[in-house]
Amino acid sequence: MSRSAKDNLMKALIYLSAFFCVAILVWLIAYVVIRGLPHLSWSFLTNDYHPDHTGGIFPMVVSTLYLIGASLLIATPLGIFSAIYLTEYAKQGRLVNLIRFATESLSGIPSIIYGLFGMLFFVTTLKMGFSILAGAATVSIMILPTIIRTTEEAIKSVPRGFREGSLALGASKLRTLARVVIPSALPGIITAILLSVGRVIGETAAIYLPVGTHYKMPENLMSSGRTLSVHLYILAKEGISFEMAFATGTVLVLTILVINFLTRILEKKLSVGGRR
Amino acid sequence: MRKSKMEKGRITGFIFENIFRLSSILSIVALLVILGYIVYAGAPAMFEVGLRDFLGGLEWRPTKGLFGILPMIVGSIGATLGAILVGVPIGILTAVFLAEVAPEWLARIVRPAVELLAGIPSVIYGFFGLLVIIPIIHSIFGNGGDSMLAAIIILSIMILPTIITITETSLRAVPRSYKEGALALGASHIQTIFQVMIPAARSGILSGVVLGIGRAIGETMAVILVIGNSIKMPSSILDRGRTMTANIALEMSYAAGLHQRMLFATGVILLVFIMILNFILLKLTQERKTR
Repeated sequence: MSRSAKDNLMKALIYLSAFFCVAILVWLIAYVVIRGLPHLSWSFLTNDYHPDHTGGIFPMVVSTLYLIGASLLIATPLGIFSAIYLTEYAKQGRLVNLIRFATESLSGIPSIIYGLFGMLFFVTTLKMGFSILAGAATVSIMILPTIIRTTEEAIKSVPRGFREGSLALGASKLRTLARVVIPSALPGIITAILLSVGRVIGETAAIYLPVGTHYKMPENLMSSGRTLSVHLYILAKEGISFEMAFATGTVLVLTILVINFLTRILEKKLSVGGRR
Repeated sequence: MRKSKMEKGRITGFIFENIFRLSSILSIVALLVILGYIVYAGAPAMFEVGLRDFLGGLEWRPTKGLFGILPMIVGSIGATLGAILVGVPIGILTAVFLAEVAPEWLARIVRPAVELLAGIPSVIYGFFGLLVIIPIIHSIFGNGGDSMLAAIIILSIMILPTIITITETSLRAVPRSYKEGALALGASHIQTIFQVMIPAARSGILSGVVLGIGRAIGETMAVILVIGNSIKMPSSILDRGRTMTANIALEMSYAAGLHQRMLFATGVILLVFIMILNFILLKLTQERKTR
């Protein structure tokens, strides 16, 4: 084969691969949303689920929101504090290397292992029982690496001049952090939170072991519950109702799309802010 | 008055610095506690059953006291290997597209699509596999459709974003002079990409592959929905299989006693695989830093 023929063949393969990635995404989303949208309604979102496969997904929406809220409440401050320590205080050395190795390892642990751990540690040892709180504690460890890394990037991109100006005016380091650095890094921190929300919404394996699959409305954080993705898993696995599964899947996909869209806007804002 | 205010400021500064430090040390503690707990819960049971019967056993029948996970190890490795064989070439070619070939307007469509692919929940992939991929496989091979092959297809899509993102970054990190040198010697753009740039980006691309392996071997829900979950040793990729992750997720909700501890033991073996991958990743990163 001549050189140009070989080049053209490779080029065709390159284009084909890129096309494949986009096509599979469009197919996936269209497949779920087109079949789900007709079954989606206000009453589907706001009604209780009945085990005879009628009703809606309101308890699942509430469980998911509880879980998101509680895990963010735990992980966000910890993640931001860690990022502050790693960027503003720590000297390069053994401890920092160890922390980085730990966060990288944490992000590599499979979600089912988190589920097992959550069940062993939070549910049994700490006696939280199968509850949204136990799930939130589990998931907050999972999202911690993302929050730390994204916040770190955001803090690093705050220009040195901002800090120096504030310090020169006599503000303490802590005051400079609270009044100058963190506010400037805010779009990045919000991105970190959004990414975590997406992760919690999509997670299944790490959630259903510590939280359980109870389909009724959770009374509080100590109740068991069923998040949207766990609900979809059960509907699909048991072959219960594909109409409901499609509608639930559509809610999930649309939520992820919205989150992705918001992240994109924030990233644009961030890169504009960085250029100042 | 002024002095005490400064003193107060120094104390708050000190307190906060330690709060920040403790928060970041919590990651290390969390990792150790997770590893410790899983090993503590699973390892003793492993020896109770006997390592050979556990790792080499072909039969998983908890009611009869048989806990062989070799079929699941084969299932996990087989599905992961297949996903790598399919996903890595497509991923690398797409990364080449984004880093070198694509006109700006096309890259602006493909890149967000890849990012979105990474954000789609795994249960959605499983659902799609269940209702789309399985019927397609069944219509071709008549095997029912739920099979190792179905898992391989779904996993190869799921690892694409990881491989693409990391490969693109490493291709962009290749010094310009490499590319210009090759072009100046008369190599075509495509030749330059495949014979100079990809070899130069080797360790970065390998890191992407290792992360992809980690994602595939750890995936649970998407796999359960498509792989068939048979406890027998899969004889071909058209056969049903079960992965270690699926084994844990399927039986954990009702298991008790030794059965439950053997599921933790399955988790220990899974962790061993993940730790080996982490170690390889660390070596690859070090290799890049020393160069």
